[in-house]
Amino acid sequence: MELLRNNRGGVRRRLLTFAAVSTVAAIALTGCTAAAPAEEGSGSSEGATITFIPKNLNNPYITLELSGAKEAAEELGFVYNEAAPLDAGADSQIPFIQTEVQNGTQIIAVSPNDPNAVCPALEDARAGGAKIITFDSDSAVECRDIFINQVSVELVAAGQLKQLFDQIGGTGEIAILSATAAAPNQNAWIEAMIAEIEANPEYEWDLVATVYGDDDDTKSFQEAQGLLQSYPNLKGIISPTTVGIAATARYLSTSEYKGQVALVGLGLPGQMKEYLLDGTVEGFALWDPSEVGYLAAYAGKALLEGTITGAEGETFEAGKLGTYTIGKDGLIIVGELLEFNAENIDQYEYISF
Amino acid sequence: MTESTTGMHRRAHPVVTWLRSRDAVLVGVLLLIVLIASLALPRFASPVTVGYLLLNAVPILMIALPMTLIIITGEIDLSVASIVGMSTATIGSLTLAGWEFLPAVAMAVVVGTLGGVLNGVLIAFVGLPSLAVTIGTLALYRGLTLVFIGDNSVSSSSYPPEFPQFINLKLGATGIPAVILIVLAFIVLFSVVLHLTPFGRGLYALGYSKDAATFVGIKVARSKFWLFVASGFVSALIGVYWALYYSARSDSATGLELTVIAAVLLGGVSIFGGRGTVVGAITGVLIISVINYALRLQRVPDVVLIIITGTLLIVSVVAPSVVDAVRRRRATVRNRRSLPQGSARGDHGVEHSTSAHQEKE
Repeated sequence: MELLRNNRGGVRRRLLTFAAVSTVAAIALTGCTAAAPAEEGSGSSEGATITFIPKNLNNPYITLELSGAKEAAEELGFVYNEAAPLDAGADSQIPFIQTEVQNGTQIIAVSPNDPNAVCPALEDARAGGAKIITFDSDSAVECRDIFINQVSVELVAAGQLKQLFDQIGGTGEIAILSATAAAPNQNAWIEAMIAEIEANPEYEWDLVATVYGDDDDTKSFQEAQGLLQSYPNLKGIISPTTVGIAATARYLSTSEYKGQVALVGLGLPGQMKEYLLDGTVEGFALWDPSEVGYLAAYAGKALLEGTITGAEGETFEAGKLGTYTIGKDGLIIVGELLEFNAENIDQYEYISF
Repeated sequence: MTESTTGMHRRAHPVVTWLRSRDAVLVGVLLLIVLIASLALPRFASPVTVGYLLLNAVPILMIALPMTLIIITGEIDLSVASIVGMSTATIGSLTLAGWEFLPAVAMAVVVGTLGGVLNGVLIAFVGLPSLAVTIGTLALYRGLTLVFIGDNSVSSSSYPPEFPQFINLKLGATGIPAVILIVLAFIVLFSVVLHLTPFGRGLYALGYSKDAATFVGIKVARSKFWLFVASGFVSALIGVYWALYYSARSDSATGLELTVIAAVLLGGVSIFGGRGTVVGAITGVLIISVINYALRLQRVPDVVLIIITGTLLIVSVVAPSVVDAVRRRRATVRNRRSLPQGSARGDHGVEHSTSAHQEKE
């Protein structure tokens, strides 16, 4: 009986499946062939292909970074592409790098989710003649040509501590509200802050807690709530993450602690303006994320034309940002920490999502 | 009626029979997609494609094998990706602790297989539903992965170079990775077990009706147990592959279970159990892999990509059911129209002939 059921009269049904599946596939495939891949370039970098592979897409911060990259690519006459996985998993960028290898892309700018996992794929790309730039977070040094970072770790740490010092002086209980416990940049900043507090005799704070809001708005909000409950004498909170500082500010602005507990950290002007104007915060800091993308594209041009190789001391022009010098291990620092307060906030409001 | 139909099929050449099957349709779709991609995308038809595509598909291909058998029996294993993670993390953390590579691999395989054993015991012998058990172990094993490796990341360069090199070894200029031979061996093994052994055919019976399967003497609990052990073992092997080809981290292979299940279902394996073939499942995996690869090559954003794979899955599962439903409706309508007449005439006829017979006597 079963044999019957499986074999009889299914032809039309199968044809329909076949037709349906292959139509979807055909539409999907042919619909996308319009964007013909660019051919590999000649000596000059005009018309070269550059692809940005951030940690993941649909992240407002990354969108802002890539807006600078796009601007520079247009100025330079590059063919600009961006591609990234949906999640920031350790290995999810690999297929995207492989795709660029096969497409013969000349400059690949990647912000690795994992410093080592991307290496074999990046080596394939370099074997094919591509220039590799890492931005925001670095891969292993030998897998890329240069690394572009926002602001040096020390400056980020010192800048936030200085702001806190200006607001509450050098004594009292303070706490840190970070992103995830494993985030390398967060941990580097926190380490540098602790070192700076120990080294600077003016800073006599008592760092009572470091909590993690996982860059999740709700979780960060609850962590801020918990901090103030556990430490009623808390004088200041440092939140070196845009999600954390916004959630903490939102909690403070509606609580009895508004104006009593100082809040500093890395925030987005557009998002933080209301808390600055209502007196919840006095000042915070960040950099302009779009400059990272912009600088990466210009560094790509210099690499491709052979102006720089990634060695320490080499210099190159980066359009509106001016001249840059490569530091140790191919590191390029974009700029300094921008500090925002009620006076200058309007000027920087564009740094927002 | 039954005899004549089966007789007809027995007479048809096996190749002809196969060409009528759903598997053949899927293989046709796969070939068509490859053809379209090769014609439409200038860089698609190359050894580079073959290499990258197959190497990225190895984990899905391998785990699809035990998954096919498990789904045919009407069960499911959602913990496979976490077992991959657990096995990868075992290698990574033991390597960090200074272990040699091969003992670390052995340990990883043991740990992963034990994960399968625990699933098997809870499902087969304690009698819990596989969905509930493996949702639980999905979280449990991912948690253990985090405990093992923490926030460390161990890349393939931490192992003796000949092992990562073996993964990237290609068969001549074809671009076909050598590891595919191992995958092929597993495909043959699972096909033979499923289609040519009493154990395998028992799985179909199990998928249709557990009670019936028990009555005809199929050892239900034992069959299920070994399937989950096999699933754990294969996932553990893929953990080793993951460590060598990608890297060992706490989030390694997250979400892989859904990719595998989607591909298996696309390959015509019924989620209700009782139906499906290894060839179909493998073809399903390759269809999804080829479409994803071709679209990525055109830099189609991943958001679009998951929409396409999702649509494909729904279409492939829904289309046959819709056709079935339409046919059933038509049949019902036809029956309603013809049944009363037919039966009335029949009854009458019978009565008539009996009475005639009686009259004669």
